Amino acid sequence: MRSLSAPRRHDFEPPLSAPRRMAEPPMTATRPAYAAPAAAATPRHAVEPPVTAPRRMADAQPQPQSQPQPRRPEAPAAAPFAAAPFTAAARPVPAAAVAPAPMARRDPAPSRWAYRLQRIMLTPHLRALLRFGLPSFVVLAAVGLYLSDDARRGAIVQVFTDIRQKFEHRPEFMVTLASVEGCSKDLAEAVRARLGLNLPQSSFDLDLAAIRSRIEELDAVKSAELRVRSGGILQVLVTEREPVAVWRTAEGLTLVDDTGHRVAGLYARSDRPDLPLIAGQGADRATAEALQIFAAAGPLLPRVRGLTRMGERRWDLVLDRDQRILLPAEHPVRALERLLALDHAQDILSRDLVALDLRLDSRPTLRLTPYALTELRRSKGLKTVETDL
Amino acid sequence: MTDLYQTQRAMRNMRRAAMQRGVIAILDVGTSKIACLILRFDGEARLREQDGVGPMAGQSQFRIIGAATTRSRGVRFGEISVMNETESAVRTAVQAAQKMANVRVDHVIACFSGAEPRSYGLAGDTDLADNVVTEQDVARVLAACDVPDLGHGREVLHAQPVNFALDHRTGLGDPRGQIGNRLACDMHLVSVDGSVIQNLLYAIKRCDLELAGIASSAYVSAISSLVEDEQELGAACIDMGGGATGVSIFMKKHMIYTDSVRMGGDHVTSDISKGLQIPLSTAERIKTRHGGLFATGMDDREMIEIGGDSGDWDKDRRQISRTELIGIMRPRVEEILEETRTRLDAAGFDHLPSQQIVLTGGASQIPGLDGLAARILGQRVRLGRPLRVQGLPQAATGPAFASAVGLCLFAAHPQDEWWDFEIPAERYPARSLRRAFRWFKDNW
Repeated sequence: MRSLSAPRRHDFEPPLSAPRRMAEPPMTATRPAYAAPAAAATPRHAVEPPVTAPRRMADAQPQPQSQPQPRRPEAPAAAPFAAAPFTAAARPVPAAAVAPAPMARRDPAPSRWAYRLQRIMLTPHLRALLRFGLPSFVVLAAVGLYLSDDARRGAIVQVFTDIRQKFEHRPEFMVTLASVEGCSKDLAEAVRARLGLNLPQSSFDLDLAAIRSRIEELDAVKSAELRVRSGGILQVLVTEREPVAVWRTAEGLTLVDDTGHRVAGLYARSDRPDLPLIAGQGADRATAEALQIFAAAGPLLPRVRGLTRMGERRWDLVLDRDQRILLPAEHPVRALERLLALDHAQDILSRDLVALDLRLDSRPTLRLTPYALTELRRSKGLKTVETDL
Repeated sequence: MTDLYQTQRAMRNMRRAAMQRGVIAILDVGTSKIACLILRFDGEARLREQDGVGPMAGQSQFRIIGAATTRSRGVRFGEISVMNETESAVRTAVQAAQKMANVRVDHVIACFSGAEPRSYGLAGDTDLADNVVTEQDVARVLAACDVPDLGHGREVLHAQPVNFALDHRTGLGDPRGQIGNRLACDMHLVSVDGSVIQNLLYAIKRCDLELAGIASSAYVSAISSLVEDEQELGAACIDMGGGATGVSIFMKKHMIYTDSVRMGGDHVTSDISKGLQIPLSTAERIKTRHGGLFATGMDDREMIEIGGDSGDWDKDRRQISRTELIGIMRPRVEEILEETRTRLDAAGFDHLPSQQIVLTGGASQIPGLDGLAARILGQRVRLGRPLRVQGLPQAATGPAFASAVGLCLFAAHPQDEWWDFEIPAERYPARSLRRAFRWFKDNW
């Protein structure tokens, strides 16, 4: 009963009366409770009949020992340097050294499992995993669960599609008109038909490159430029192919440009008498050379019927009176110029020739008509045995 | 012996592993408190001037990132007496330090003060195989030291080469690479009670920690509280702990003697408790607040409330004067110092060129101790505080933490011990062949 101490010396009375006095208010104020061991207190109260219920409860409850001694606070033993070392030694001596403690004080030491748990939680990998891995896993799992439904996924996609649609179909971006410029009216009609657009249409939906290649598929179109002008106009600038020659084939007449590309078909040669005529297989691929030959033919032009491509290799210049000038595969223009010089000097083309072979540079060869040939032989006094044929 | 050699080598490897991991814990298992510091290694150390054979165990800079101390339980005279209690106290300290450092530690370097350390000076010599001293030769000369009978159940705690001599030249710190014929060495060996180490090992193992090194607290507190010239010229460090007082003598930066007195601050407390009939906690508080060693006239008038809760008004309102308290404390402190004096005399401390004495440890904070120690131990006495290390909390800079701080230094820059060297390869065939060759050379 060491906690049953009386505050003043002469107030000491037999212990039987002590509980009654301590129930008085001032006593309880100075000493809020006392920590007599229940086992020690019980026999005393057993011999004391008039005990009030509250007192018995106060006695029966073992109070923590630290409570009646507020002036000596017990610092938690494990506080990291809560006090200077020497004062730290002033804390209660080890439990082993204390006389058998009446009350079990809370052990500041962690239990083995608490200790182990703390160590596990301090493991760096685990900490990283808990800090970053777990939240990201939870977020991913939530997102995955949400998106696992087809309808939800569709709805999300729909929202974005709608926004995009709304933006693209604003009036600023709509193309309402297509204007085709830089070509004849017929070609413009053809180009317009070729565009195949159902206007108005958003300019985001227009594939200009595809449209351009589609237009350029037309034979008569050399190149096309497309641009979307402000005001919703799709401007198509077309460059037409210029026909420079008429190419006669077995199928019919074709207009070709200087690269030999087909421009259009032609019903009759008389529709384009201004263009020179070329013929023969592969003539279109050598159109440029043909044009050079025509340009060099100068004074011969009124007599020229056309050029025939021979063996996809060289040209024959066909004149009227069924005369042919066989040009070499290499440097036909030069050979033609030499012929013109010869013609100028000796008036050779007006003679009675069938063909003039210029294929060998150093030896132009004439083929006379049969009549001319016999006349020539006769004049030289040669007798032949063959017939006129 | 070889068994212990292997154990210590294993601890060195553990320490190396801990340094690679970068974190290691320091545990000072004392009688009155258990301190745990957590070190983080910051990479290789700047070059320290070489001392001894060289840093065989590797060195590092460090910083203290966690520190905690707790009341020690179940430790008497610096030895574990109640395993469970000590284990839970270690757990408390380690947990709080880990919490502060926010990192988990698995390796622990521990020190303790008890276990009756005894120190032996060993000497050995060997012929060099070829005239240049190699590491293998150093290992051989260390192995050649004849170990005295340590007694039953005693184990080697430290075995440090202190001095090397090559032919007639002595006082060599590092003989490697030098030319000579005969290498001799002096080794300082500290033996302690093996069961104490076993208990400590077991307690630390039960805390899921691994022991990466073990040291005598007298040694490590001297490392931290002796300044460099004292270590060089010769000084004694007296580490007055709670249950044991460690004595260590340093010379030329090597410990050459250590001993311990099994008395400390706790005995002063228990004297006060017995003399004044008060609980130990009160006695400790009174000792800390009002303790002293020299009484003056003023102390007669300074009355100290003892207090108590016996219920007896007379007993609970007792007062004593400070003079009475000093009268109780002084004989015990004198006894401790006298006992220390005896140990120093036995070690031949008088013959050292410099006879500086440094008092450190928690019990060295009694006011007036330096004066009393000067009367008993000689004039050159000073109170020592541990070295400053990076990151140490202010509260842990007092003399009570000398051994904890010293253990940090020990962990970062351990001195070479015997087990840092490989066991010398037994090369009998080679040697006998060489001997035969030499015989031929000498005779023909």
